[in-house]
Amino acid sequence: MTPSVLAGLTGAALVGFGLYGLILHPHPLRKLLAFNLIGSGVFLVFGIVARRGAAAGFRFDPVPQAMVITGIVVAFAASAIAVALILRLYVESGNVTLNPEVWTKPNGGDAT
Amino acid sequence: MSSLLPFLDIFLASLVIGVAVFTITARDLFASVVGYVAYGLLLAFVWIRLYAPDVALTEAAVGSGVTGVLLITAGKRLGALKNAAPDAQPGFVFKILAGLLAALVAGALGVVILTLPDPPPSLAPEAAAAADGAGAGLGNPITAVLMSYRSFDTMLEKIVLILAVIGVWSVGAEKAWGGAPAPLRQPKPYAPMVFLAQMLAPIGVLIGIHIFWTGANAPGGAFQGGALLAAMWMITMMARLAAPPRIDAQWLRMALVAGPAVFLITGLAGEVVAGSFFAYPPSLAKPIILLIEAFMVLSIAAALPMLVAGPPSERQDQ
Repeated sequence: MTPSVLAGLTGAALVGFGLYGLILHPHPLRKLLAFNLIGSGVFLVFGIVARRGAAAGFRFDPVPQAMVITGIVVAFAASAIAVALILRLYVESGNVTLNPEVWTKPNGGDAT
Repeated sequence: MSSLLPFLDIFLASLVIGVAVFTITARDLFASVVGYVAYGLLLAFVWIRLYAPDVALTEAAVGSGVTGVLLITAGKRLGALKNAAPDAQPGFVFKILAGLLAALVAGALGVVILTLPDPPPSLAPEAAAAADGAGAGLGNPITAVLMSYRSFDTMLEKIVLILAVIGVWSVGAEKAWGGAPAPLRQPKPYAPMVFLAQMLAPIGVLIGIHIFWTGANAPGGAFQGGALLAAMWMITMMARLAAPPRIDAQWLRMALVAGPAVFLITGLAGEVVAGSFFAYPPSLAKPIILLIEAFMVLSIAAALPMLVAGPPSERQDQ
């Protein structure tokens, strides 16, 4: 098994673990972390596509690699917005849960 | 030596997966965030094994470092670093179903990876042409792709960063608009933290500028250098040596838009001078690219700390 296939399978496993955490963790920050794991797994799959595309004297295809660099920065920007929304939810309601039952309690604030 | 490498690869892959599993399963939010930072650094080694040092630098700086600070700061602000999961844990059957779904998706992805087309498609020749042609004198093909072959993407990505900053600022309370974000740490920082910031910041700024400058020919570039400068600004804010700036400060807004603005103006000038949008006159390509990148470094170094610092806060005294 070549290093690139190994890295690709690692990426696939990371997507799986991330998806599992995203579904099961009740806390939104933990969900965000798990979502970032999925993202880095997808980036690794891009990495092996780049490695396999070695041509023209390069040991890699620079185009997918450049897209991953862009992707890492955009993923961070999206995470920052998610964190800001979670913190705002906490400031407004004193709660960080996504559980709909908490929001429908009579004393649970004005959320509908 | 070369016979050892496959074992190292397997060791590294199992380490990455092990830390990822820890990040998902840790009971404590703080432990999970620390696990994620370690995971990002390990992943950087995997990227080096894929001959992607530029990606490795970005992953270590942005994916692991700055994202780690973002999540730790968020956990502190929630006052919930110990354990903030009062929600009921999901049931056993639901866990099994989620596990099955995750295994199915990962398995499908694995099958795709094992059956990728042969010979593989590649854009490397086009990228090589970009490195030799319009981006003449760029020894680093990644920088040639980012700044010449797919320059429009890179410009739009800088605009995404600005949109994200606007988005983060917008979720602040209305009466706090124009004020400064809350400080990144408690009022009394530890003395070692202050010492670290004082010692590290000047060196880190130098290294950041070096990584940007050397990125034309070697691994590095505007993203990585800008992220390092951003980290140095954040560390001085965490040590309370600097306060987060007011978000209506003129210099801050100029710094945020400088990168995309210079990029866009140069792109439009290319239409007139070199005959097409985002084309550079070949004799001047390298200086022009370095000029754009310099302003991009400035914008990244301003945008990342603002994204971590969060929306403007009402409590200025805390």
